[in-house]
Amino acid sequence: MENSKKNISVTLRVWRQPGPSQPGKFVDYQAKDLNPNMSFLEMLDVVNDGLAGKGEEPIAFAHDCREGICGTCSLVINGKPHGPHRGVASCQTYLRSFNDGDVIVVEPFCAHPFPVVKDLVTDRSAFDKIMQAGGFITARTGSAPDANAIPVPKDAADLAMDAAQCIGCGACVAACKNASAMLFVAAKVSHLGLMPQGQAERDRRVLAMVQTMDGLGFGNCTNQYECSAACPKLISHDFIARMNRDYLGATFRAAFKPTPAGAGGGAG
Amino acid sequence: MAQLDSKIPPGPLADKWRRHKADMKLVNPANKRKYELIVVGAGLAGASAAATLAELGYQVKNFVFHDSPRRAHSIAAQGGINAAKNYQNDGDSVHRLFYDTIKGGDYRSREANVHRLAEVSVNIIDQCAAQGVPFAREYGGLLANRSFGGAQVSRTFYARGQTGQQLLLGAYSALSRMVGAGGVQLFTQSEMLDLVVVGGQARGIIVRDLVTGGISRHAADAVILATGGYGNVFNLSTYARGSNATAIWRAYKRGACLANPCYTQIHPTCIPVTGDYQSKLTLMSESLRNDGRIWVPKKKEDRLKSPAEVPEADRDYYLERMYPSFGNLAPRDIASRAAKRVCDEGRGAGESGLGVYLDFGDAIKRLGEAGVRERYGNLFDIYHEITNESAYQTPMRIYPAVHYTMGGLWVDYNLMSNLPGLFVLGEANFSDHGANRLGASALMQGLADGYFVIPYTIGDYLATQKPGSRPSTDAPEFKQAEENVRGLVARLLAIKGREPVSHFHKRLGKIMWELCGMARTKAGLEKALKEIPALRGEFWQNVNVPGAGGTLNQSLESAGRVADFLELGELLCLDALEREESCGGHFREEHQYPDGECKRDDEKFAHVAAWEFQGEGKKPLRNTEPLNYEAVKMSVRNYK
Repeated sequence: MENSKKNISVTLRVWRQPGPSQPGKFVDYQAKDLNPNMSFLEMLDVVNDGLAGKGEEPIAFAHDCREGICGTCSLVINGKPHGPHRGVASCQTYLRSFNDGDVIVVEPFCAHPFPVVKDLVTDRSAFDKIMQAGGFITARTGSAPDANAIPVPKDAADLAMDAAQCIGCGACVAACKNASAMLFVAAKVSHLGLMPQGQAERDRRVLAMVQTMDGLGFGNCTNQYECSAACPKLISHDFIARMNRDYLGATFRAAFKPTPAGAGGGAG
Repeated sequence: MAQLDSKIPPGPLADKWRRHKADMKLVNPANKRKYELIVVGAGLAGASAAATLAELGYQVKNFVFHDSPRRAHSIAAQGGINAAKNYQNDGDSVHRLFYDTIKGGDYRSREANVHRLAEVSVNIIDQCAAQGVPFAREYGGLLANRSFGGAQVSRTFYARGQTGQQLLLGAYSALSRMVGAGGVQLFTQSEMLDLVVVGGQARGIIVRDLVTGGISRHAADAVILATGGYGNVFNLSTYARGSNATAIWRAYKRGACLANPCYTQIHPTCIPVTGDYQSKLTLMSESLRNDGRIWVPKKKEDRLKSPAEVPEADRDYYLERMYPSFGNLAPRDIASRAAKRVCDEGRGAGESGLGVYLDFGDAIKRLGEAGVRERYGNLFDIYHEITNESAYQTPMRIYPAVHYTMGGLWVDYNLMSNLPGLFVLGEANFSDHGANRLGASALMQGLADGYFVIPYTIGDYLATQKPGSRPSTDAPEFKQAEENVRGLVARLLAIKGREPVSHFHKRLGKIMWELCGMARTKAGLEKALKEIPALRGEFWQNVNVPGAGGTLNQSLESAGRVADFLELGELLCLDALEREESCGGHFREEHQYPDGECKRDDEKFAHVAAWEFQGEGKKPLRNTEPLNYEAVKMSVRNYK
């Protein structure tokens, strides 16, 4: 029942970069005598306290909830975004997954649209920009009908919930060799596109979000599915297929939209 | 001495809000765009407020210290949101939700505010459904419900065990729309470090850019704080590491009263502490208590046996025994104290003896593993990740942990502080939950404040402020506040002592948990009131904040927040000492009934304690607002 083992010591090979436009490099740190029940981030806390005590600059790393839901933590551990296990975020990776004497490489989530800010912290505001372009249902506060006025088939609600679980961490982008954001965009497009409430803006949404994603410098999808393998919420790449269909349909419909009255120089 | 006028409208309770909306002044649609509003925080309350105010036409500036508004800790709330829809046809109503909340708050909240909360709860569900929040549905497509603590009706709407995430993402989407549309100017990685008061009104803030260290001034016609709770004063809690009290504490020092800080909520079902390095206590949603049964062995000697070895007859399902009507769904404060009691008796599970079992054996027999997985899947996964145990095979081990704070900045019926122009929403304010918050009502309050209260009440204030009358950031008060912030940052960086910030935070947390936690005593609180100032003195002599201020410096961020906790913690203990009664989450061992239940003193303490800063090093002034109950008869809070 007790899950503790003997304490371990590891070598952390950490990416250090003092600022966005400064060169970075890997630096080795010895992390000694660690309780295997510690989380990866708790280990970094301990290492940082040690560095501070020696007058050195602690390692900057993003973190907050420490329970895998906020999407803030973003470490590539031994080449895998969020570490060795599927379906968990960096903060939910425990030292039980490592052995005494291991060398663990720790890097930030790198991508052209995710510039490094400092050490392991990157700027993921590109994700917010995509959401601002269309990741919503326009529903002015106070104008909503009774919540039960529009039934939502259970299957649709469940599938929408699967897609809606995305925590916006960017592991999908970090895992993709093209730094594509398709899984992230597909998750939101699918979530809202599966709900009856999302139908009115469905075309507009997918076109705007994909266009914004492309404009921000994310790469194209070549269907390798490293993204869903790295996703801490196990979001399926089936949603990418769903979004592709949506996008195709929206593009087609946009090409054949009737011209509005008066646009052709007629009366009025 | 602060003037505390609750501004509760006259008339029958059920009509107050409706009539108030009709009586409040409005701001002409064409004039709204002339007003600039600052919203600090973008959790449920902040994001909903910023989005809604921008929809109305106000110019909104939203400041968050995170890298994105979607990181707010509202995202972690699990179990659900209450609303008086009565879709279950089981007797719910606005009145019943109102009554359950008042009783749940142990008769220490404001009747009028709580009734309004119950009224607008129905609108919140409508709004969230319209935003596409994927609430759980029944096969016919209509919304599902489950039960939560302190209620005998099923009124909680949920999205698996991730309701907070979905509600926050709905508000974040609404906010994102308004950012894209130009109605909200979003400032991320921007931490408010001071409030600016000009002519007795809140007129702006001072902000530090967490990436560049740059300090900036921002003026507004009104300032709204939606910055969450102060539970991290205990260090270990279910909060995020970044959750802090800095915004409300700096506002307190500028004259906003802080009410009932001792009303802190300890959630009964969290994953217990296992080591010194631990950085947080993860919540296991109250919704689990719908189906899980809580027990400890009847005999002390069975404590260290594996739970499978303890036969049914030797198990003490103590909540079912002590509170037959509510059983495992007894409210949080009651369930937490009961857990502490059985562990203090030496019957706690696990090596440390600080744990009780939350057992799903019966639920799995009844619903099947698939049925349990559907309701709670992600929660069981979280438990497994952290403890490496499967709750499908063996009972969860849980223990109470700090989870929420009912105290906060004092606000009137319009959610305005005693400091004019400062509005406070969500967990950051004190108003609706009294001495104990019921489960699934924090999400409700955050969204009620942001979607349906502040958009109305702020108009009433702004209508008294001429458009264009906000001060320039060149005003001397802005200069003074900016210098204050620069001075503070410089001081923290200059010490370069021997101990990291975490050292002081851990020690503060230990003092708070042991001496001001689930059970408080006069002697313990007086001890805390000596130890905390001493620790604070040590902090200012010996804290080591490495690095410099003109860059990303997480130690510096943490140092400022812990410095504030070292002051707030003291005020919390003082509030607990002066409130000589037990109510809700505030339990004084000297004031209890023979069966261990809270003993209130309604004659002496049926009031809000609103503390007013009197200057550095001076004892704060305790103002009071009497609580008058018109509709509800105060009685002993009984869940048996």
